Amino acid sequence: MNQVIIILFAQAGYDRAAQGVAGAGRRLAGELGAQLHAVVTGSPDEAMQSAVAAVADAVTVADDVALASYHPELYLQALTQICQAHQPQAVLLSNDFYSQELAPRLAHRLGGSAVADGLALHVHNGAIRVNRSVYGGKAMATIELKRSPAVIWLRSRAFDPAPASETSATINQATLDLSSETPTRLTERKVEASEEARLEDAKIIVSGGRGLGGPEPFKELQKIADILGAQMAASRAACDSGWVPPSWQVGQTGKKVAPGLYVAIAISGASQHLAGMSDSKCVAAINIDKDAPIFKHCRFGIVEDYRKVVPLLIERLAALKA
Amino acid sequence: MALNIIVCVKQILDPEIPSRDFRVDNEKHEAVRGSANLVTNIFCENALETALQLKEKSGGKITAVTYGAESAEDSLRKALAMKTDAAVHILNDGNLHPDALSVAKVLAAAIRKIGDYDLIMVGRESGDWGVGQTGGLLAEELGLPSVSFVDTIEVSDDGVNLKRQTDVGFDRFAAKTPLVVTITNDDHNVPRIPKTRDIMMSSRQPLAKWTLADLGVNTDEIRAGNGYYEVVELFIPVKETNCEFVDGDTLEDKVDKLAQRIIEVTGAM
Repeated sequence: MNQVIIILFAQAGYDRAAQGVAGAGRRLAGELGAQLHAVVTGSPDEAMQSAVAAVADAVTVADDVALASYHPELYLQALTQICQAHQPQAVLLSNDFYSQELAPRLAHRLGGSAVADGLALHVHNGAIRVNRSVYGGKAMATIELKRSPAVIWLRSRAFDPAPASETSATINQATLDLSSETPTRLTERKVEASEEARLEDAKIIVSGGRGLGGPEPFKELQKIADILGAQMAASRAACDSGWVPPSWQVGQTGKKVAPGLYVAIAISGASQHLAGMSDSKCVAAINIDKDAPIFKHCRFGIVEDYRKVVPLLIERLAALKA
Repeated sequence: MALNIIVCVKQILDPEIPSRDFRVDNEKHEAVRGSANLVTNIFCENALETALQLKEKSGGKITAVTYGAESAEDSLRKALAMKTDAAVHILNDGNLHPDALSVAKVLAAAIRKIGDYDLIMVGRESGDWGVGQTGGLLAEELGLPSVSFVDTIEVSDDGVNLKRQTDVGFDRFAAKTPLVVTITNDDHNVPRIPKTRDIMMSSRQPLAKWTLADLGVNTDEIRAGNGYYEVVELFIPVKETNCEFVDGDTLEDKVDKLAQRIIEVTGAM
């Protein structure tokens, strides 16, 4: 039977990104009349195994000791071998750095085509088409993949999770033949932001820009974020000025996010910034300049000095949440 | 160990062009240039900067390579002004927005023709189409290992030590050369501004011009540039541009409305 393979990393668990990939895979499998096959690399815990078995029709776990942590060449070898054995029509991944590194090379080894950062998938006359944002979010393109399999990494939060079924798929172990030596050797893996969820996975983001004028106001923005259960972000100007860590940067040269709500405070909305957040489902802005481009992307906003708005907003939000 | 470094660069439409000036050609599926500038893709400039710093520390030779229209020569002249040692322009006389595999095949053929290389560097993605595949496909075409999102490179005894960004921190690798890396931006690789004198000099420096025929690639396939994927539609999405400015008699009233709207949206999630 035809297959859609989704690739998940055990280390990440069945997180929101993985759920989005599974959701996209389930709908694409439905359109293609194909089976949804989840491939998990590494050693998934029981919670992940049962969650994946409940959404997929088949599960393969690649639990080789060499795959305990991510390595580009070894993961590529393993996934190539598994995909070759099952001849899928499509292979879906999330848009984390490791998946982005793997996808084009995997497509090449399988004789297929790859496309980046998909926002929607559909089948047209038997061919798989992907909608994606281009020119820094200023335009949308529909891309048709010309070779099979179609290897696509997805802006996974843009996809609803897959429904879980009553029945559980059988979990098979992959049989692999991996090289014992690789030309690249991992010497250190540093996790700096383990406590924080990924900005790309945030449901709500509170973001500050150049107009804040310094690092201090971010403490006030943090209060808004705490009340809403939001994550903090910033524009390039604020990161380049050293007010907040570079990992907070949203934009063309930073993170690309699409939360349910993006609150832009003292951010004018330069192309660079819009490229990272214009796919947000709802944008709200506080800006002193009514002509600021950010308002063109807003559902609602307020034209006022943030210094006057923020203290009142903290008070009102706290009262409404209480 | 002094390395022979090849840096692949791409010329693109200035990504800073404001949305209000941005138009697309619905038939050709490409952006209308209008009065916008053509610039070197920022991540390619980060790659050039990384290469130049590596050379300053450990010696070596840097060759900048581009596959593009006549105008792409400007990106190579700028690379020469930044002090790369050589430049190669493969003229694209076919589809000006070829798919990623066509680009990788052309670059791989050019790199084989250059012959002597230890490290191949490309930007992580471009600021126009953001395809993000040139590095990975190039590695496969050349049969080389690859590491993406690299921001720091140092020469070691038998290759290079790399630091690359991940979603949650960073990885370090000890890698043997030859190797393909994709470069991302970091505090350390902000591209240098060439000196006026070097810009003047760069216009007189030798610059190799190759055609697809010189590379022994399948020219029909490469010129068509759509055997891997094809753009079937390009459009400017209609956004909800009607921003509702919260109203009220006093600032307190307005902020109260703002807070209520925020709670409505978050409550519906």
